[in-house]
Amino acid sequence: MAVNCLYTINIRIHCYVNSIFWMLSTALKESWQVFEYPVRWIPDPIRWDNFITTFTSLPFGKWALNTAFITLLTIIGTLFSCTIVAYGFARFKARGKDVLFMLMLATMMLPGAVTMIPVFYLFLKLEWVNTYLPLIVPSFFGNAFFIFLLRQFFLTLPIELEEAARIDGLNTIGILYRIILPLTVPALITVAIFQFNGAWNDFMGPLIYLNKPELYTLSLGINFFKNVNETQWNFLMAASVVTMLPSLILFFLGQKYFVESITLSGIKG
Amino acid sequence: MATDQKKPIHKNDNQSVHRKKSWWNSSRKETLTFYLLISPWILGFLFFIGGPMIASLYFSFTNWDLFTSPKWVGFDNYVYAFTKDPLFKQSIKVTLIYSLFSVPIGMVASLLIALLLHQGVRGMRVFRTIFYLPAVVSGVSVMVLWMWIFNPEIGLFNTILGYIGIQGPKWIYDPDWALPSLIIMSLWSVGGGMVIWLAGLNSIPNYLYEVAKIDGANAWHRFRYVTIPMLTPTIFFNLVMGIIGALQSFGEAYVMTGGGPLNSTLFFNFYLFQKAFEHFQMGYASALAWVLFVIVLFFTLLVVKSSKLWVYYEGERR
Repeated sequence: MAVNCLYTINIRIHCYVNSIFWMLSTALKESWQVFEYPVRWIPDPIRWDNFITTFTSLPFGKWALNTAFITLLTIIGTLFSCTIVAYGFARFKARGKDVLFMLMLATMMLPGAVTMIPVFYLFLKLEWVNTYLPLIVPSFFGNAFFIFLLRQFFLTLPIELEEAARIDGLNTIGILYRIILPLTVPALITVAIFQFNGAWNDFMGPLIYLNKPELYTLSLGINFFKNVNETQWNFLMAASVVTMLPSLILFFLGQKYFVESITLSGIKG
Repeated sequence: MATDQKKPIHKNDNQSVHRKKSWWNSSRKETLTFYLLISPWILGFLFFIGGPMIASLYFSFTNWDLFTSPKWVGFDNYVYAFTKDPLFKQSIKVTLIYSLFSVPIGMVASLLIALLLHQGVRGMRVFRTIFYLPAVVSGVSVMVLWMWIFNPEIGLFNTILGYIGIQGPKWIYDPDWALPSLIIMSLWSVGGGMVIWLAGLNSIPNYLYEVAKIDGANAWHRFRYVTIPMLTPTIFFNLVMGIIGALQSFGEAYVMTGGGPLNSTLFFNFYLFQKAFEHFQMGYASALAWVLFVIVLFFTLLVVKSSKLWVYYEGERR
């Protein structure tokens, strides 16, 4: 039974976590320099090994890989589902389309808390708790904000290209794949970067669904580390900085794309 | 005609321009294609939004611990929240104060920065990057960074204040300062709205400013009577998004303060999370979620309804 299982897992985790806490807090007590007064702005000696210590004393590498895995799959899911749905909303006429589109925009206003508990129950029944499926699978069903962004982008593309392609005998999937996608690269990069930041920094999702330390993502790991011993500022900061790096690098690489596509999406009224 | 499709298309369908519904057949095909394309979202809506909404509405009228079957209790959860639960009132108060301050302050700050950048200062790209960076970096690592900034002994703020000879407050460890600290921290992400401000500023036609100049308007007048009215749609968008986001704050309370000290940072969403995943009071938590939904809806509709009075869209008056 899932019920008993959850309880025993919880109890076992608590023992496990407590022993890790104790080990860590003893293993890491060597940071007397943090409390020096006056504060040294430039540490002396510079403890580059803090980074190394951080990554060896905790499974940070594992957590980083876990996070990267989840992030990558949600990006694939988001790009796949949002592109298809956005193309449908941008180019096809059908009864009920406007109502559905308004409904989709309205879901952006819905607090996550309203759906959180039943969705958790659903995944619990599917026995997906303590797997990555609850974090990955929903991304394959579209995201209202990204669909809106991509639809706005598709509307700016000249329809003649698609008409010509259709006359040449391409079907809808072919048109989407061969004509639309190559032209949509900037918007897709924007969506991918947003999704990366969302998934990479997601906290509540992993917090609810993952409670085994070996499954942790970086956000959970850092939070866990913080609870161990709040005075380990040097290690904590080292871990945080490393966690921020991918987002920063992506931002620099993708800057011009998303300023461009946000401007294009005409959020102005 | 090389078609590798299963269904052969009638030739006359091809010749009819795609936008014209000339054939009943083709329009039906179009409808089918549309629904096939958006089917991922429809399924997602049923499984992850619509269905769960109905379920959580039902759960909010029950007592439920996730493990035994829900017991129907009618309006008890709601009555208890509004009449007996002191933490409920506290969490509403904290969340409203937080939103009331962080949203307008954040909007003013990001608009000022956007105006500055829009003046076309040299090194605009560099500035834009600097201001936008914080918006990109978010999550637990940022909260840890701010915990260090707020640290009473070794933190950045109190160290700087110490140089001036001021004994700084205990920030997030002081019940009176904790919520203001989180409001200050919310300024970290002003860059997020900035790109949207810039897009709005870019779309204001230059001739309006020139005409205003000819009419003898000074810089303040131009800002007050040209920029602000033309920006109202952007203000509207940022306001709605800001309110929806702020009312649902969670991470800061969970990671930085644990809702304390003395429940001074007990965000509504954090309280709800505790009820659900720490006390397993799923029925009560569902009721809280619906209260939150009504609050979000109320403020959003307030802004939307009032927008007729203050939001100016181009093309309204021709």
